[in-house]
Amino acid sequence: MAEFVMPILGADMTAGTLVAWRKQPGDRVTRGDVIAEVETEKGLIDVEVFAAGVLERILVAPGATVPTGTVLAIIREDATDGAAAPPAPSVTPPAPPPARARVSPLARKLAAQVGIDPTTVHGTGAGGVVTREDVEHAAAARVPSPAAPPARPAIDLSRMRQTIAAAMTRAKREIPHYYLAHTIDMHRATTWLAGENARRPVTDRLLYGVLLIKAVALGLREVPELNARWRGDRVEASAGVHVGVAISLRGGGLVAPALHDADRQPLGDLMRALRDLTQRARTGGLRSSELSDPTITVTSLGERGIESVFGIVYPPQVAIVGFGAIVTRPWVVDGMIGPRPVVTATLSADHRVSDGHRGGLLLTAVERLLQSPETL
Amino acid sequence: MKKMTYREAARSALRDALRGDPRVFLMGEDVGRYGGAFAVSHGLLDEFGPDRVRDTPLSESTFVGAGIGAALGGMRPIVEVMTVNFSLLALDQIVNNAATLRHMSGGQFSVPLVVRMATGGGRQLAAQHSHSLEGWYAHIPGIKVVTPATAADARGLLLAALRDPDPVFVFEHAFLYPSEGEVDEAAGPAEIGRALVRRPGRDLTVVTYGGCLPKALEAADTLATDGIETEVIDLRTLRPLDTATILASVAKTHRALVVDEGWRTGSFAAEVMARIVEGGFYDLDAPVQRVCSAEVPLPYAKHMEDAALPQAATIAAAAHALLRRDG
Repeated sequence: MAEFVMPILGADMTAGTLVAWRKQPGDRVTRGDVIAEVETEKGLIDVEVFAAGVLERILVAPGATVPTGTVLAIIREDATDGAAAPPAPSVTPPAPPPARARVSPLARKLAAQVGIDPTTVHGTGAGGVVTREDVEHAAAARVPSPAAPPARPAIDLSRMRQTIAAAMTRAKREIPHYYLAHTIDMHRATTWLAGENARRPVTDRLLYGVLLIKAVALGLREVPELNARWRGDRVEASAGVHVGVAISLRGGGLVAPALHDADRQPLGDLMRALRDLTQRARTGGLRSSELSDPTITVTSLGERGIESVFGIVYPPQVAIVGFGAIVTRPWVVDGMIGPRPVVTATLSADHRVSDGHRGGLLLTAVERLLQSPETL
Repeated sequence: MKKMTYREAARSALRDALRGDPRVFLMGEDVGRYGGAFAVSHGLLDEFGPDRVRDTPLSESTFVGAGIGAALGGMRPIVEVMTVNFSLLALDQIVNNAATLRHMSGGQFSVPLVVRMATGGGRQLAAQHSHSLEGWYAHIPGIKVVTPATAADARGLLLAALRDPDPVFVFEHAFLYPSEGEVDEAAGPAEIGRALVRRPGRDLTVVTYGGCLPKALEAADTLATDGIETEVIDLRTLRPLDTATILASVAKTHRALVVDEGWRTGSFAAEVMARIVEGGFYDLDAPVQRVCSAEVPLPYAKHMEDAALPQAATIAAAAHALLRRDG
């Protein structure tokens, strides 16, 4: 048996609201399946399961707010050892899956807005299809219940602000930060990128931000202690490089979900993943692993035209890399002064875990990697 | 405002164009001495003379090609092709020359050509004179396709076609020529690419054009007696298609029925349905439906021709099915 618990989706998350189950008792689940939706101060998150088996029992009903760690459901795991598996019981074959409920697109949308499961509504349209009118009747007949969850809750900005406040206060109170800055010549990177983009179809073009993320991810292989988590009294290095990307939300606030294994993804894949992540961060639908997995954060205020940003480490991470805008500056190349595109890279890091010397190695590694962009 | 027939309204636009611009001339089969196969150009030869109202041989490819050449040379030709069935002989000139020259010359040339033709059935003219092939033309980038359904549009859209710098194809529905409507002869050109709500309603949207508009409006009258309020949209232009007006209506009514005299398979109705599904899927409360012509060469016998074409009764029946409730 495995327990599926309310996950911790942010450094200061203490409780979450279960909004909906995506799987029902008896359904098969495999590792990575999204089985529940949880509302947090970061909006609606799709929560994945880490066990494979059959969803045995649901313990928490939609609408309930429970502390992190609360068991939400029990999963009967598949036997991991063939020899230990019990002999196959002579059971009747599973019933065929029920036909998908016939619900009009409009009724489905409306049901989601008012928080009704459209498959529970009696359909009166042609062939028993559930129509808008049926959902409206069901909504009107519903007993008003304070516990009824909104189906797609808007992100609560005041709550998000409180969360940011708590995490950043904790970071500044507990983490002894040191700060480094380094200006990097971007001539080769921007020239290569222009050529590369001319070669690519319009939809596959790269933004320079993705080069910066990849350079940081590869640079971390050389300074692994910055790709880690602080566990109260010791540091725990991470095997994978999961770069949290700071994404500002349109109404205010921000999230920094992970680009998994950013050091191993080709630039095109990384670009697509970044686009997808940005869109989902802004519309809802981030996955729990994306919020809990980052091992370092990269933030950029380049789009705003800012030249340098010194971030605050997001616990339990131990470092954050910042990039400003690419600006043209007088620069000395081979003894001559000429205009050159440059970017300021910064590092804020936890001095309990690393020293400025090691931090400097990361920024110079990023610089070196950006001088051969074709290898990124 | 003046009451006139669709035929007179088209003639009034032709006369204004010939009077107002010395570059305009009309040519086609029987447009001069005979006054036009559908009598649209009746009297124009006497008023403007044989240089500007020119009879041509039965050679669609040749005279449409000559029209393209004249347009390239700075004239404003109006070419009448008797029916859309005959226009197929000129399809090469239309697809490979008229539609392409602006693009292939990098914008150095334009083809300000107007081609008028009759389309549609209902007059017992049999299979070679009665088909509705305007949907095929709407497939072609580089030309515009307008389908007036009222006397006012027969004038207004023809004037708009003459103003346009690119080839415009005007499909006049043969059944509509004797129909009457109010026309403001002081009004200028209509807007190409703009659909109109001909009747507002909240229960379903009927999207149609050309010869099916009066049938759709008649069906809407019948449906109103059953308490069903039908919104009727007249597309007026098939290319460029005014998707926004369609989607705004579907967002209001949540049900759509497309009526098109073309054959069902690969019909223009199919394109409209695709636009609704692409842009309005989450507004739909029922599957989009269509009423099209039966998939046969149009019969000559009256009872069979009537059965093959969309009619007010079949439109009303389809609307009822779309609104059916089983609960």
